[in-house]
Amino acid sequence: MPDPLLEVRALDAGYGDFQALFGISLDVAAGQVVAVIGANGAGKSTLLKSIAGVMPSRRDAVRFDGEPVGDLPAYRRVARGIALVPEGRRLFPSLSVEENLKIGGQLGRPGPWTLPRIYDLFPVLAERRAMPATSLSGGQQQMVAIGRALMSNPKLLLCDEISLGLAPIVVREIYARLPAIVGEGLSLVIVEQDIVQALAAASQVYCLQEGRVALEGAAGALTREAIAAAYFGV
Amino acid sequence: MEWLNIILQGVLVGGLYAMFAAGLSLIFGVMRLVNIAHGDLIVLAAYVALVATDTLGVNPLLSLVVVVPVMAAIGYALQRLVLNRTLGGDLLPPLLVTFGLSVIIQNGLLELFTADSRKLQAGAIETASLHLGGGLAVGTLPLLQFVVAVAVIAGLQALFYRTALGRAFRATSDDQPVAQLMGLDNRHVFALAMALSLAVVAVAGVFLAVRANFDPSIGPARLIFGFEAVIMGGLGSLWGTLAGGIILGVAQAIGAQLDPGWQLLAGHIAFLVVLALRPEGLFPKVQG
Repeated sequence: MPDPLLEVRALDAGYGDFQALFGISLDVAAGQVVAVIGANGAGKSTLLKSIAGVMPSRRDAVRFDGEPVGDLPAYRRVARGIALVPEGRRLFPSLSVEENLKIGGQLGRPGPWTLPRIYDLFPVLAERRAMPATSLSGGQQQMVAIGRALMSNPKLLLCDEISLGLAPIVVREIYARLPAIVGEGLSLVIVEQDIVQALAAASQVYCLQEGRVALEGAAGALTREAIAAAYFGV
Repeated sequence: MEWLNIILQGVLVGGLYAMFAAGLSLIFGVMRLVNIAHGDLIVLAAYVALVATDTLGVNPLLSLVVVVPVMAAIGYALQRLVLNRTLGGDLLPPLLVTFGLSVIIQNGLLELFTADSRKLQAGAIETASLHLGGGLAVGTLPLLQFVVAVAVIAGLQALFYRTALGRAFRATSDDQPVAQLMGLDNRHVFALAMALSLAVVAVAGVFLAVRANFDPSIGPARLIFGFEAVIMGGLGSLWGTLAGGIILGVAQAIGAQLDPGWQLLAGHIAFLVVLALRPEGLFPKVQG
């Protein structure tokens, strides 16, 4: 097997005196979809923030494309091809839908994703391109957030709780687009509380519990009981 | 007709105040930094223009070709080396540091250029005027200054809302951590904003130095005029800033006409009246 695209090794992370992650290791191969599940406060978002560079870590705790990137700031990791769809979408309220998408692509990394391709993927955004981004419905805002991340033409897309606060039908609609996104050859890490969605979309699953990997395995091979045990720690 | 003339002169001076204010407003808008040294930087720009005109022997208005890039470079370096380190959750460190900067600039200029009043000589354009008929006349220089002010505001407006740099400014102002996820280095974005602010300061400084005497101590008063124009116009609104500058200029002109001692007082009263009636300014855009 070739080197994985993303290697996380013995990653510790925390906020001040509070340590949120303890020695996390995780691999993502090129073109693979990996789900990270776990209860509230298990450290899922912290893991994504550490991979994206929002939170600093040890230099070799995160290796991307064979290079250590753990000490790079977020803006330099984007240039390498790591994009994050942050929890709660975090669209820029002063920018229109189209401006939010354009700023995602402002580094000009070459690749398949362009403004027209994003509008093909989410046609509803084309109709609302001139509207303030935060005036859209929650589901449409989530589409903007995903499109904004794709515009940087990442090799690795990190999605933090993209189903949070959305109606089930909207969640299904967004998840229905994931194959088209992965089809372009990028790798995906999805953090989810909606386990059914996560298991259906991913090939490999990591379950976090209190900052440690409690369970990992192929999505098809894990039993409900094993997931429940890892999830709740019972 | 005399009053119409006075109001017209006030409007034209207002353009200068709007230029004082635009740079201040831009910096506050992008990084929530209140630059207490803004007025002294305007005076610094005037002295840079003085040196440029003396050494190059060119008209002060032509010296802008040199003064604008020099001030922009100073702005970029100042932000990268000093001011970025003061930014964070707390509003107090940048206030204190720019206050200190104000003291340093004033005393530095005093050492280098003494306390003597200086003025830039722009030649025949200073006394030229246009007759609009019916006894109305405007000086060519004040008119030019106003036109430049409107052009500067329109240029900033276009830059903010039509260019990639403007998008980067607005995104960084909205949400710094997420702007970094877009590949924007916020330290660089802030430094570009300060460079732009000081480029506007350079234009304002040169016009200030051509129209009146200046010495190292006049910065803080320009800062107050700038603040008043920004607040009256409403935070974050560039055209509002122009309106604020014009209100201030007209109020001062009317005050000065009633009694020469009332010029500054009338401006401050106009400011207080606007603040009392519309605390958020006339065209507010930014909340909080």
